[in-house]
Amino acid sequence: MSDQSLWTVFLNASLVNNFVLAYFLGICPFLGVSNKIETAARMGGAVTFVMLITSVFVTGLNALLAAIDAPYLGLISYIAVIASAVQLVEMFIKKTSPALFRALGIYLPLITTNCAILALALFQTNRGYGFLQGIVFALAGGAGFTLALVLMAGVREKLGLAEVPDVVKGTALGLILAGILSVAFMGFAGLGG
Amino acid sequence: MTSASDSLPTATDDFLKGLWRENPVLVQVLGTCPTLAVSNSVRNALAMGLATLFVLIASNAAIAALRKFIPSQVRMASYILVIATFVSIVDYAIQAISLDVHKALGAFIPLIVVNCIILGRAEAFASKNTVGRSLLDGAGMGLGFCLTLLLLGSVREILGSGSLLGIELFGPSYQDWVIMVLPSGGFFTFGFWLLFFNWWKKRRLGRAGRVAALTGAA
Repeated sequence: MSDQSLWTVFLNASLVNNFVLAYFLGICPFLGVSNKIETAARMGGAVTFVMLITSVFVTGLNALLAAIDAPYLGLISYIAVIASAVQLVEMFIKKTSPALFRALGIYLPLITTNCAILALALFQTNRGYGFLQGIVFALAGGAGFTLALVLMAGVREKLGLAEVPDVVKGTALGLILAGILSVAFMGFAGLGG
Repeated sequence: MTSASDSLPTATDDFLKGLWRENPVLVQVLGTCPTLAVSNSVRNALAMGLATLFVLIASNAAIAALRKFIPSQVRMASYILVIATFVSIVDYAIQAISLDVHKALGAFIPLIVVNCIILGRAEAFASKNTVGRSLLDGAGMGLGFCLTLLLLGSVREILGSGSLLGIELFGPSYQDWVIMVLPSGGFFTFGFWLLFFNWWKKRRLGRAGRVAALTGAA
C-alpha cells in the first residue's frame, strides 16, 4: 500500500502528471470532442464518473484476484468492468439528456476504449493505492482530463474565428495546440513533490 | 485472383493499404495515445510497434475465424476479450524477453487493449472477411503503425538525445533539445509530420489537377 497523502495524489494526477498532457491518455476524445466548451465539460463529467466506478470496482477486483491467485486475469476483468460502467452511463445520459447524448455521439460508447480509464485501473494497481487513495486518484484524473478538454475547447472556440491556412486545419493544428498546452503544464512539475 | 482489377481488392492490396493509403495513424488518426507516448526513442517505438503488430495479426485472425459464431449484439465485448487475451500474452512475453523494455513501456503494453486501431480493424475488416485476408490486413496495418512510430521515434531521439538507437550521432558538443523527449515534443513532432503529409498530398493533388486541366483544355 502506498503512503502518499491524499492531497499529493490529487495534485499529482490532476496537474503535474496530467493524464492527457503528460501521459498521453485519452487523446482521441481530447481531439474529437473539444470543439465546444460545454460539450467538453460534460464529456469530462462522464469520464470522471466512469473513472470513479472503475476505481471502486478495481479495488475490490484486486482483492478478489489476489484471493484466487490469478493476476493474469487482471486486464480482462478491468476491461469488463469498464465496459459495463460505460453502458450504465450511456443509458443514464440517454434518459436524462438526449441532446447531450447526440452531441457526444460515437465518443460516448468509445469511453470504453478511452485509455485514460484503463490506465487509471493499471496505475492504481501498480502504485498500490488503497480504497480512499483510489477514489481521490480517480477524481483527480477525471478533473485533469476535464481541465485539459475544457482548455483545449476554449482555445478552439477562439480559433474558429481566425483564418487558418488549409494545410494546418484539423488534427495537425490540434496536436500543435496540445503541445503548447503541454508545455504550459510542465510549469507544474515539482509541485506537490 | 488471377488478374488485378480495380474493383476487386487483391491480396497485395489488403496488405499494402495499411502502409500508406489507409495508414492507421497518419491517415485515420487512430491509436494516437501509444504513438505519442512511447515514441521518445527508437527502441521503445520498435518494441511497441512489434507488440501491436503481433496483437493485431493474432486478433484479426482469431476474430475472422470466429466471425460466424459471435452474435452481433455482444460483438464488441467479445472482440475486446479476444484482444485482451493476446495482449496479456504479449505482456508476459516481453517481460520474459527484456525486463528493461517492459519497464520503459510501463503501462502502455496492457494499454494495447484499448488501442483503437485493433478494435477498429476487428469491426471494420476481420468481422466481414476471411482469415487469410484478415491476416494480411492485420500485418499491413500493424506495419503501417510500426513505421509511423519509427518516424516519430527517430525524429524525437535524434533531436532530443542526439542519438539513434543509443548510438551518439553528433559528438559531445551537441546540445540536446530536451523538449523533444518530453510529452510536448511528442505532440509537436506528430503535429509537424501530419502537416508535412497534408502539404505533400495537397501538392500532389494540385499537380494532378493542373495536368487534368491541361489535358482537358487540349
